[in-house]
Amino acid sequence: MSAITNVARASLSKDLRLEWRSKDAINSMLFFALLVVVIFSFSFDPTAEESRRIAGGLVWVAFLFAAVVALNQTWARELRNQVLDAYRVSPAPANALFLAKAFGNFIFVIVLETFMTPLFIVFYNLRALGPAYQLLIVSALGTWALVVNGTFFAAMSLRTRSREIMLPLLLFPISIPALLATVEATTAILTGDFSAKFWIVLLAAYNVVFTTACLLLFDTVLNAE
Amino acid sequence: MIRRTFPILGVLTAVLLSYGLYEALIGAPTEQSMGDVQRIFYYHAPSAWTAFLLFGINFVASVVYLIQRSIKADIIALVTAEVGVVFCTVVLVTGPIWARPVWGIWWTWDIRLTSTLVLWLIYVSYLILRRFSSSGQTPLMAAVIAIFGALDVPLVYFSIRFFRTQHPQPVIGGEGSIDPKMLQVALINWAGFLCFACLVCWSRYRLELLQREVEETEALEALLDSRKAQ
Repeated sequence: MSAITNVARASLSKDLRLEWRSKDAINSMLFFALLVVVIFSFSFDPTAEESRRIAGGLVWVAFLFAAVVALNQTWARELRNQVLDAYRVSPAPANALFLAKAFGNFIFVIVLETFMTPLFIVFYNLRALGPAYQLLIVSALGTWALVVNGTFFAAMSLRTRSREIMLPLLLFPISIPALLATVEATTAILTGDFSAKFWIVLLAAYNVVFTTACLLLFDTVLNAE
Repeated sequence: MIRRTFPILGVLTAVLLSYGLYEALIGAPTEQSMGDVQRIFYYHAPSAWTAFLLFGINFVASVVYLIQRSIKADIIALVTAEVGVVFCTVVLVTGPIWARPVWGIWWTWDIRLTSTLVLWLIYVSYLILRRFSSSGQTPLMAAVIAIFGALDVPLVYFSIRFFRTQHPQPVIGGEGSIDPKMLQVALINWAGFLCFACLVCWSRYRLELLQREVEETEALEALLDSRKAQ
């Protein structure tokens, strides 16, 4: 167990340091999400009441698209200089690498959300009518749901042609229940019309199921040859 | 054995499908409130049953492939996914044709419609992955996606069920009781569709097996040629 945490921590801190110095993923994600927010905002131009109903969907669609930008870059770095091959022959557990990458992406997307949420509030004139603290739980669970499968599928699409296109094609269909749950929970909290409890439970179940599946199958995918 | 069974299955399929067509259009009683539009049911429902069965076989074959790494299991997974997507497309096309005159709308985010659509999307992405991935790892990647898709289906089902109860719609797809003759016609058509699916899967299976043999032989010959050249 300690081998997993040590390797994961080392790999994660390496990724974070690289990202801190280059800021490749975070800058492209932020600008991309900003563009989506602006385009949505002037194509719909909603009133405060309308925007409360549609904002949940808009926010998460923007985050989803932006997250794909970061997810696509996850493994590209490891392909240069055959880092991934070196990892394969090393005795380090495969799941440690997966967890490090997933946590790294989780942090990137959470940072993105922290920056973008104030912008959404400004552009869409938002104010939550339900319990706002639940938004924190929803965004943590929803982000993990996107990121855990996204990291996994990004590793899979390394072995395909035109891999940048492949990732969303694989990720979006599988993520439909998670997206629906996240959007509905956000809408429930923003409008205060109904309780978000069921959707939070569903998101948690989704996360448990797919995190387990990813951990069980990642070794197979990494070593596929 | 194979040479004889294949044409027999073909004849059986033709007989069942033409008898099913006759029964569906003329034999079955006309539905009281919907009229003749309801007859599309004899194609819609059996297609759905066939598609779900094929996707089930695909899932089992994918699990078998992951455990045993047998090429046959992989080919079975491939052909059932291909034919399943075709049947699922039939379901998704015939559904709205029926819904428009009966419900007054082409589409609604009802639990069955949505689950079927998501299933279709997952399997289309499965086929795209098979097309795009580099040949050596295709079976493994595809098997993994099939398992993820199967895990997804119950979650989709529960999420849509709650989604609908949250936002009630004027559309109610309740079935009530069904005339025994109608059920009989649907089952005949289902038998015909199953035979047809078997027939297509079978020929596709043999084709794929031959295709892989050809590829293997070509690769081997290329290797031998390069040896000779040295």
